[in-house]
Amino acid sequence: MMQQTLFDKIWDFHCVARRADGRDLIYIDRHVLHELHAHHAFARLQKQGRPVRRADLTFAVQDHTVATKPGRDDNTNPSGSAFIKAMREGCRTNHIRLFDVDDPEQGISHVVAPELGIVLPGATHAVPDSHASTVGGVGALAFGCGTSELAHILASQVMALKRPKNMRVQLDGRLAVGVSAKDAALRIIAEIGVAGARGHVVEYAGAAVRAMPIEQRMTLCNLNIEMGGRSGFVAPDDGTFEWLARRPFVPQGAEWDRALRYWRTLTSDENAGFDREVRLDCTTLEPQITWGTDPSQVVGISGSVPDPAALEPGRRAAAASAFGYMDLAPGTPLLGLPIDRVFIGSCTNSRLPDLQVAADIVRGRHVAEGVIAMVVPGSSSVKREAEAVGLDRVFRAAGFFWGESGCSMCAGGNGDRGQPGERCVSTTNRNFENRQGPKVRTHLASPATAAASAIAGRIADARHLAPGTA
Amino acid sequence: MQPFIRHTGIAAPLIKDDINTDQIAPILHSRGLKEDYRAMLFHRARRREDGSENPDFVLNMPQFRNAGILVTGENFGAGSSRESAVWSMLANGIRVIVAKSFADIYRENCLQNGLLPVVLGSVTGEQFVARVVAADGQASFTVDLVTQRISGPGGPDLAFEIPAADRTRLIEGLDDIGLTLKHVDEIASWEARAQTVQPWLQSARDSR
Repeated sequence: MMQQTLFDKIWDFHCVARRADGRDLIYIDRHVLHELHAHHAFARLQKQGRPVRRADLTFAVQDHTVATKPGRDDNTNPSGSAFIKAMREGCRTNHIRLFDVDDPEQGISHVVAPELGIVLPGATHAVPDSHASTVGGVGALAFGCGTSELAHILASQVMALKRPKNMRVQLDGRLAVGVSAKDAALRIIAEIGVAGARGHVVEYAGAAVRAMPIEQRMTLCNLNIEMGGRSGFVAPDDGTFEWLARRPFVPQGAEWDRALRYWRTLTSDENAGFDREVRLDCTTLEPQITWGTDPSQVVGISGSVPDPAALEPGRRAAAASAFGYMDLAPGTPLLGLPIDRVFIGSCTNSRLPDLQVAADIVRGRHVAEGVIAMVVPGSSSVKREAEAVGLDRVFRAAGFFWGESGCSMCAGGNGDRGQPGERCVSTTNRNFENRQGPKVRTHLASPATAAASAIAGRIADARHLAPGTA
Repeated sequence: MQPFIRHTGIAAPLIKDDINTDQIAPILHSRGLKEDYRAMLFHRARRREDGSENPDFVLNMPQFRNAGILVTGENFGAGSSRESAVWSMLANGIRVIVAKSFADIYRENCLQNGLLPVVLGSVTGEQFVARVVAADGQASFTVDLVTQRISGPGGPDLAFEIPAADRTRLIEGLDDIGLTLKHVDEIASWEARAQTVQPWLQSARDSR
């Protein structure tokens, strides 16, 4: 029998038909909307007189524009208010389950869907957001889509896709203490570039991936789009099943047992062929940080801003334009660079273990003078769980802002943004120019690096932080 | 969707790789649902800090103000899935983007909206860029999707490839949802089959 990758198996199972134009119609098991794009799609369907086919498989979360200020409401971020209300109205008329601004389970869609068990191993998932593949961490196959495709899914429950190619990223060895999935992902993007996985669905495999807790796998899959990947996932294993068990939307009782038997078959065949393979030995990996204005401009934390002459010819022009924006010269060490702001949050790094790592670093210490530091939990559930174990008090005592859940400073769609010229260490996914505010200089890094840098007031290696006072 | 058959217009060179959707269509803080897509396009590059126009940005130069063809580098449209990065092109009269390559989601969004994404081979691409730069907005190029050729000043016609299905969809301005809903019976039978073999996929209930 033909050896198949797990991607092939999931794709083939979900392929409803081949359209006349050669695109496969792929059934979408779970569809999650957010307010930035939902209203366009609702308006379009209404105009066309087309109903939502499967409202019962569709969910909506207010995340991109919601304020993080305690006590927030629809109007706290005035530029989000119309979007929030329009999605609420669209969900009401179309009978879609909405996690509204004040819902105890509101949060970033990519955090909420897996933590409630809305996404499942071997299931397909779509979100009108490029970081949809975050949920690949539980073995789901997720696609980011535009607004037209969003309307298409609402009307038909399928996506019309060209079959992507197979790629495997193999992470060998084991991550050292203080080094996380974020660091591994940044290193891979550095190696293969921002378009390195274009046209491919990536399966992340290898001993280092198997050893990762589910939340870390989600971080890894989240960053897949930053190397251009169409989707990315980790094949599910016992760790996945244990993580999902008893979450509210997963199958229960006998149906869970039946699902589990099926999910255990979800692996790539031993000799399945991949169109592309990339390997990284994680054993010697140190924490990674971006120095430039795209997520492939990365160095190890003990490294320096590269000399363009040492880069591949194709990357020199981008580097040269990044130096000016970032106010950095080739040869400048990253460690010790003074910073103004720290942001811990986003669909990349805002789950409970991310916050625990950061809290362990800041406990008993204080944010450096002049540095503004924020923690924004990935969901209201994460926030509640963090508060139950006192993390909010740790962060607040250290001088951090502790916010309500949402996308916040990742893209600044809710008004949370830095001031021009500020240097920010951020646990997010994009260091594009002006993304976190006009002229804000973003350095992407792990929660540990962000927390340590907030305390030091400079880019710091969490592994070498001076002992705290606690 | 508005069909695309051919377009004759000024070609503007923005020769840079990895231009992302945050650059093309930054999130601006308007308070309404009706956003100004015309003003959104390359908003930060087009404006200086004091809000005045940046005269050095290519689309602000007098000869390129009405460009209908944007010529650019590798991996155009990287980043977010926001479709405003396509709508803002159309709102400015740009109907064709000629790039060395496109980010996957951006290219899909182009096809949904009748914005023609053209990829030229590296040799042809370099020739075309040189001709666009030499023309400097003084003469028009024609991009013809029927003949799959680009004609204009400075040399012979250049051929380009595009998957036949994408070409048909653009030329006929087909309704994508309509195409899919022709398969509605197959969608229904898939659902029935899934209900039998993986029933948990067909229900997403809160067990509490």
